[in-house]
Amino acid sequence: MNPILAADAGGGTARNLTITLFLVFVAVTLAITVWASRQTKTATDFYAGGRSFSGFQNGMAIGGDYMSAASFLGIAGIIALYGYDGFLYSIGFLVAWLVALLLVAELLRNSGRYTMADVLAFRMRQRPVRTAAAVSTITVSIFYLLAQMVGAGALVALLLGIKPGTTFLGMDADTAKVATIIMVGALMIIYVTVGGMKGTTYVQIVKAFLLMGGATVMTVLVLAKFNFNLSELLGQAAESSGKGAAFLEPGLRYGVETAGDPLKTFYSKMDLLSLGIALVLGTAGLPHILIRFYTVPTAKTARKSVLWAIGIIGTFYLLTLALGFGAAALVGGQAITEQDKAGNTAAPQLAEALGADFFGGDLGGATLLAIIAAVAFATILAVVAGLTLASSSSIAHDFYANVIKRGQASERQEVQVARISALVIGAVAIALSIYAQNLNVAFLVALAFAVAASGNLPAILYSLFWKRFNTSGAVWAIYGGLLSAVLLVFFSPVVSGAPTAMFPDHDWHWFPLSNPGIISIPFGFLCGWIGTVISKERDEDKYAELEVRSLTGAGAH
Amino acid sequence: MSTDTPASAPTGSAAERYLAVQRSDEFAGLRRALRGFVFPMTVAFFLWYALYVILSAYARDFMGTKLVGNINVALIFGLLQFVSTFLIAWLYSRYADRKIDPIADRIRAEMGEVNGESDSRG
Repeated sequence: MNPILAADAGGGTARNLTITLFLVFVAVTLAITVWASRQTKTATDFYAGGRSFSGFQNGMAIGGDYMSAASFLGIAGIIALYGYDGFLYSIGFLVAWLVALLLVAELLRNSGRYTMADVLAFRMRQRPVRTAAAVSTITVSIFYLLAQMVGAGALVALLLGIKPGTTFLGMDADTAKVATIIMVGALMIIYVTVGGMKGTTYVQIVKAFLLMGGATVMTVLVLAKFNFNLSELLGQAAESSGKGAAFLEPGLRYGVETAGDPLKTFYSKMDLLSLGIALVLGTAGLPHILIRFYTVPTAKTARKSVLWAIGIIGTFYLLTLALGFGAAALVGGQAITEQDKAGNTAAPQLAEALGADFFGGDLGGATLLAIIAAVAFATILAVVAGLTLASSSSIAHDFYANVIKRGQASERQEVQVARISALVIGAVAIALSIYAQNLNVAFLVALAFAVAASGNLPAILYSLFWKRFNTSGAVWAIYGGLLSAVLLVFFSPVVSGAPTAMFPDHDWHWFPLSNPGIISIPFGFLCGWIGTVISKERDEDKYAELEVRSLTGAGAH
Repeated sequence: MSTDTPASAPTGSAAERYLAVQRSDEFAGLRRALRGFVFPMTVAFFLWYALYVILSAYARDFMGTKLVGNINVALIFGLLQFVSTFLIAWLYSRYADRKIDPIADRIRAEMGEVNGESDSRG
């Protein structure tokens, strides 16, 4: 079995089929987008899809927004290369939904309108808090966008079968990656500017069905290959990896024990704890997830949508376990790293191997690869659209309308600014993505989670539950958490000083961990507390209004 | 009006209504019902998850213990995190339907007229 067929006879077929399937998806979603644009008349339509979605629809859309390239390509890749450690991501990403369900979703739905800042600024002075929230929203979304676009770049090189020295349409692998990133960027800009929240939501729902379908088919095929015996699959994966039983235990990627170097071991274990805490606390601070709660009519529907989301996301992460170990067993670590150093192409490579096995030779492999690759592209497009919408909404509603215009902007102007912002955000994300191509996408997303958990979550929880919290506290919490997280990442081995860094040829790193969460998240909470107690500002009336509205839904939009 | 009025206090009567509701026994009961469930549950699932992460970092031998075939403690522990997440989500939804929604609905109904006033702001 040849794991990389794209350059062989089947390659042309896979290429044409993928491009065809992908164009079909693009055509369908663009049609939805145009239809949605006709239904989008007010600001509420643009920002919140008219608050007309059902719990099930929004649950699927949340799944579509959340199960990103990181989940599909990244986690499968980490499991395929490092075994059990990839499972840590799945667990963290899932358990995190309990924070959103129990503490945030319903209260936010009841008291906010369009953006995360609506809740943060509810009882505060508007301009400083909204500015901070907009900065934080954009930073988190850009980190997350990078991850998705890097995934798209990795995927295209596999699909087009471009290896060093070969070309496609006159493009070498690097040019093709850049071209893909630009194309994905252009599409997400169209979805958001034309379709707004309605269009984006439907794109996410369609994608969720495709992704669940694709992952289910692959899982069934993997399990069928091992007579539906999980132990046999794990055994084969461990054997193929060449690492034996250690492949099925934690410790190959995170918390690595280096004999004779206790300090390095200590840092590695701290990095694991840091990742763990960032994953579980990040979700409820992700702006593109939070604004999804505004698309349903009531808090009760918001709760239902989170329940659906937990069901679908949990099921999906169970499937990724089979995909990752399946890729390790059937494709093998070496074939995966040859294609993509970070393992991002493990899932599509597995599809190719399964297709060849079950549906006959190169053509079968090419076909299944094409289908799964098209699903992966759909996945990426749906997520980047959600991210772009979240950041452009925040620029327009928080920064433009409330900070610059001091609440005097018309709905029309606001939505127009949101559309222009989507364009700018898209352009910035495209430019940055080109520099991040060596990083594993699940890992990049983990950084976005750390930034969200540090910069946003403390302010959200304090706002909703702490009576004394005030403007100064909110500003301190957001900037303190955000800056510490971003600075620690900047001085970490992720950015410089390691062979896998963004800038491998430079070294300015002094922070030993690759995930900043264990420092920056408590620091964000601490800053919020200090900022609050050093200011005398208190507004009991506004807190009463926030508390009553958030708990009862009175006066909800 | 589409946007928030910067730092505006609610108009006098509305502000008093919200304060009055907030101080009512019924609202205190709602707050207690909500916090009494979500705070302990958050602590519980967080500790349970932290235990899993810490064992993954520091108790490798235990996590590597094989139970059936190639299935080890680490895998089962991980799967139990899925089970607990589904279970807590289900318990909360049942609890909220029975104990939280009815009180919230009642208070909201009693506040009918405040809704009208507050609709004009963000």
